[in-house]
Amino acid sequence: MAEEKTGNPEQYTSQGILKTVFSRLKRNENLYLAFTNPKVVFGISLFSAVLLFALLGPYFTEYGINEFAGIGSPASRAAPSGEHPFGLTMQGYDVFTRTVHGLRATILVGFVGGLIASFIGLIIGLIAGYRGGMVDEFLMGLTNVFLTFPQLPILIVVAAYLPYRGIIHMAVLVGLVIWPWTARAVRSQTMSLKNEEHVALSRISANSTPRILIEDIAANMFSYIFMVFILQYMGTIMATVGLEFLGLGPTRGVSLGLVMQHAVQSGALYLGYWWWGILPGLFLMLMIFSLYFLNTGMDEVFNPELREL
Amino acid sequence: MGKYFGKKLIIYIITFFIAVTINWLAPRFIPGDPVTSLLAQYQGPAAGRQMLETRLRTLFGLEGSLIQQYINFWANLLRGDLGRSILQFPREVSEIVKNNIIYDIAVLLPAISLSWIVGNKIGAMAGENEKIDRYIMPLFYGFVSSPYFWFAIIVVFVFAHSLGWFPTARAYGAGVRPAFTLNFIIVFLRHWFLPFFTMFLVGLGQWSIGMRNMVIYEIESNYANYLRSLGARQKLIRNYAFRNGVLPQVTGLAIQLGQIVSGAITVQVVFDYPGLGRLMYQAVQQQDFFVLQGAFLSLILMVLAANFLIDIIYMFIDPRIRLSYSEEE
Repeated sequence: MAEEKTGNPEQYTSQGILKTVFSRLKRNENLYLAFTNPKVVFGISLFSAVLLFALLGPYFTEYGINEFAGIGSPASRAAPSGEHPFGLTMQGYDVFTRTVHGLRATILVGFVGGLIASFIGLIIGLIAGYRGGMVDEFLMGLTNVFLTFPQLPILIVVAAYLPYRGIIHMAVLVGLVIWPWTARAVRSQTMSLKNEEHVALSRISANSTPRILIEDIAANMFSYIFMVFILQYMGTIMATVGLEFLGLGPTRGVSLGLVMQHAVQSGALYLGYWWWGILPGLFLMLMIFSLYFLNTGMDEVFNPELREL
Repeated sequence: MGKYFGKKLIIYIITFFIAVTINWLAPRFIPGDPVTSLLAQYQGPAAGRQMLETRLRTLFGLEGSLIQQYINFWANLLRGDLGRSILQFPREVSEIVKNNIIYDIAVLLPAISLSWIVGNKIGAMAGENEKIDRYIMPLFYGFVSSPYFWFAIIVVFVFAHSLGWFPTARAYGAGVRPAFTLNFIIVFLRHWFLPFFTMFLVGLGQWSIGMRNMVIYEIESNYANYLRSLGARQKLIRNYAFRNGVLPQVTGLAIQLGQIVSGAITVQVVFDYPGLGRLMYQAVQQQDFFVLQGAFLSLILMVLAANFLIDIIYMFIDPRIRLSYSEEE
């Protein structure tokens, strides 16, 4: 605070700003450690790059997702070129166009589905961990049941009967199935937090249970919840893409899984159209890869035991 | 230990119960009536349409009160009757499932167990060896970041198309008849290898990463430090760390099983390799709802059985559970 009051002229130069940013970050030790951890920095950079690619990609193509862009043999026109950086499909669609639009849809589903799953898991985990006893037994039984279920088959059976599936339908469907991971993780954190003094104090002050859960417990595992959200985001994306690949994705529009399903169904791999099957999935893989790094890095930041100092 | 098993068993029974209920609920309560959508494909005289509709309603068990329907559903199931395929009409679903599940087991059992064993070894090495950690682990992170089917696509492209080492599609060649001859076994193994290889590699990444993190944690723990201060050899500490790290990996195996089976569904589609996954995929495409439900239920049963097996194994290798058992006696 002191340096702001003196009105140091240096604070307006770029170096000065950087200095203030770092001094502020240093006050918040965790944030400082996060932004100086190479794994976190690498993860965030790669993730942002894929995100930017999905956001800006559509502005770099002149074709629509179902627009005929030209046709040719895999050896000549259909192969990746300056005009079609990701090549063409057998039907003459531009793979780049379909990839960026599909990636957008997949990221959206992952985000919404991840939020839903984290939310359900958070509530169940908080209540089970805080209440204990029979409530805990029941909720954890439920969690274990959902954990034993293979996710994709259950999603297939439900999705197969749905006549219309939008992006939000998909997100809700997947979110409703994959929450148990969060519930388990949040429960164990809650159990270790609920015996802390500040929670006891809050209880003596006659604060309501929801308030204690939100202000005294959930607020204290924010970093943890964030990491859980990342995991659920990854889980949603993996499950969604699997469904899309089986032809059970959104009924309208294009998705990454759908592009690859078409490639496999058309025998693209045997006919030499490798870009059609491999390039769309590459961005998905890079995104998940970056998040793994981000999560491992954050684990090091928030679990001092793992820190490499 | 009886309590440990009892609890697990209850969870498995509830899971199965929910799976059956989902099968029962799906055609009844999800918008989009399967009977209507099947009738839409019928192009014939109106009288035939009426007959077909009543026939389909009987097949789906849509007659009588809901409670009656639900009881009938269970009764049929417990008799082992999973219904008949709509497309290959007189064939029973249970027979179709039986013909497919062999291939799931043939691929998954060796792929999962081998990747688990080898992955644990590599992971334990990576936890100690800086070089392995630096060069192999990023590759493994790449493996686990890939959706199974995308990984399968790459494997098909590299090993089946570009190098041409292995055939794909079907479990054996079109003109070959299953027999106990050397020729057939070779053909079978050549078709089997790539689906197995894909599942193996992804699993390898998964278990290595898990074991690596576990070993790093164990080596820094108090008991390891104490052993070190006593002057114990590194090899001894490593052994203890490994034994402690293996236990969570067994639990992890039970938890990941659903994920792996889910991945196998898409892998079978890429390789066009038979199995319950490809069966489900075809059933979805052809709207053969009874095959879909039968395959779903069999998959769940398979996962539950495997889970139960892992529980038994866990009991044998975790001294805490084993010892509490002998104390009870």
